[in-house]
Amino acid sequence: MDGIHDLGGRQGFGRVRYTQDAKPFHEAWEVRANSLYALAVRLGIFNMDEYRHAIERMDPRHYLAASYYERSLTGLATLCVEKGVVTREELERRAGGAFPLSAPSAPGRGNLPTRERFGPGDRVRVREDYVPGHVRMPAYIRGKTGVVVGESPAYPFPDAHAHGVEAQDEPTYDVRFRSEDLWPGSADPALVHVGVFQSYLERAG
Amino acid sequence: MNKPEHDRVVFRTASIERRVDAMQSVLEERGTQVAKDLETLQHAAQEEWIPRNGARVVAKAWTDPAFRKRLLANGRSAIAELGLPMPKHHRHLVVLENTPNVQNVICCTQCSCTAFTLIGLPPDWYKDFDYRARVVRESRTVLKEMGLDLPPGVEIRVWDTTADTRYMVLPEQPPHTIGWPEERLAGIVTRDSLIGVARL
Repeated sequence: MDGIHDLGGRQGFGRVRYTQDAKPFHEAWEVRANSLYALAVRLGIFNMDEYRHAIERMDPRHYLAASYYERSLTGLATLCVEKGVVTREELERRAGGAFPLSAPSAPGRGNLPTRERFGPGDRVRVREDYVPGHVRMPAYIRGKTGVVVGESPAYPFPDAHAHGVEAQDEPTYDVRFRSEDLWPGSADPALVHVGVFQSYLERAG
Repeated sequence: MNKPEHDRVVFRTASIERRVDAMQSVLEERGTQVAKDLETLQHAAQEEWIPRNGARVVAKAWTDPAFRKRLLANGRSAIAELGLPMPKHHRHLVVLENTPNVQNVICCTQCSCTAFTLIGLPPDWYKDFDYRARVVRESRTVLKEMGLDLPPGVEIRVWDTTADTRYMVLPEQPPHTIGWPEERLAGIVTRDSLIGVARL
């Protein structure tokens, strides 16, 4: 989905609030929230792709206003309700107030039937797919051409794995793009490498 | 007259602590082991998955050319030699070698994925929208704002963590530390140099 989470290249954001000793956690509940979602994955309640997608499905206003670990908690709670672990009413009863959850999911999809193997140096183009469900193709590479520099082991295909759709595992290719091709006339010159699933790619002419 | 509590509560969002408490109590009902596992995970997140792990890898790579070669060829199996773990779903570790003319930088534009067992859980700025949105498009500007003013001849390579492959930067060894023992070298490797927003 072309959701609010897909931030790469969005303009209007400001200076990074950087400090050298920045902490991963600031509050005890953040550590708990982080460990709770990890625990739910270990318990087999959901997988990482379902988890990421549940966060992406948050109301955009809530997504932008929430901290990282509030988003994490919202994804966790949404999936626990959707999977029947607990009802929303019960969660709200225990929390003593409203418990905002993410919006329902759109359908997922399987692998591209005509996947190609690529090798280092191959020129590839990212297919112009518009996907209603989960997808790990950042919008800034859609339709763009780059060069393969590496291949990963096969992973579960996120577009299927986040939706309980049967699919084959497939590799990702590390594809090197030029920032000037991604945002012509409007980027600092650099090489941008993205791990792109095989199903998102076609050979470039 | 005030409304009774049970009429009012559903309209006001519960505090984040209360929501975490609620979620925790639900999961803890799934077995006696759960509370213990939760403790273990919280301990690991704060005490075991720390940048010191990545620093050890870097120090070893600086002092052992054969290890460096194995690390660049297959990160996951090389770090296993040092007894360092990665979660099962991180099936691939790509180590990115900086040179005098190349600076590698890691990000995750869609969430905030990192090689957390090596680099630690990500710092707040890595998770912020400003870093996620801008570093892929305005890398040189963003790095400069963060204190890393790279000479014009240095090529920047940004790596967006869009799959479960994980990345770690192998910073250059400062010349004055050549010959230092591994343990002392590990002490100078910062988290931010493993992410690539700082040089040593």
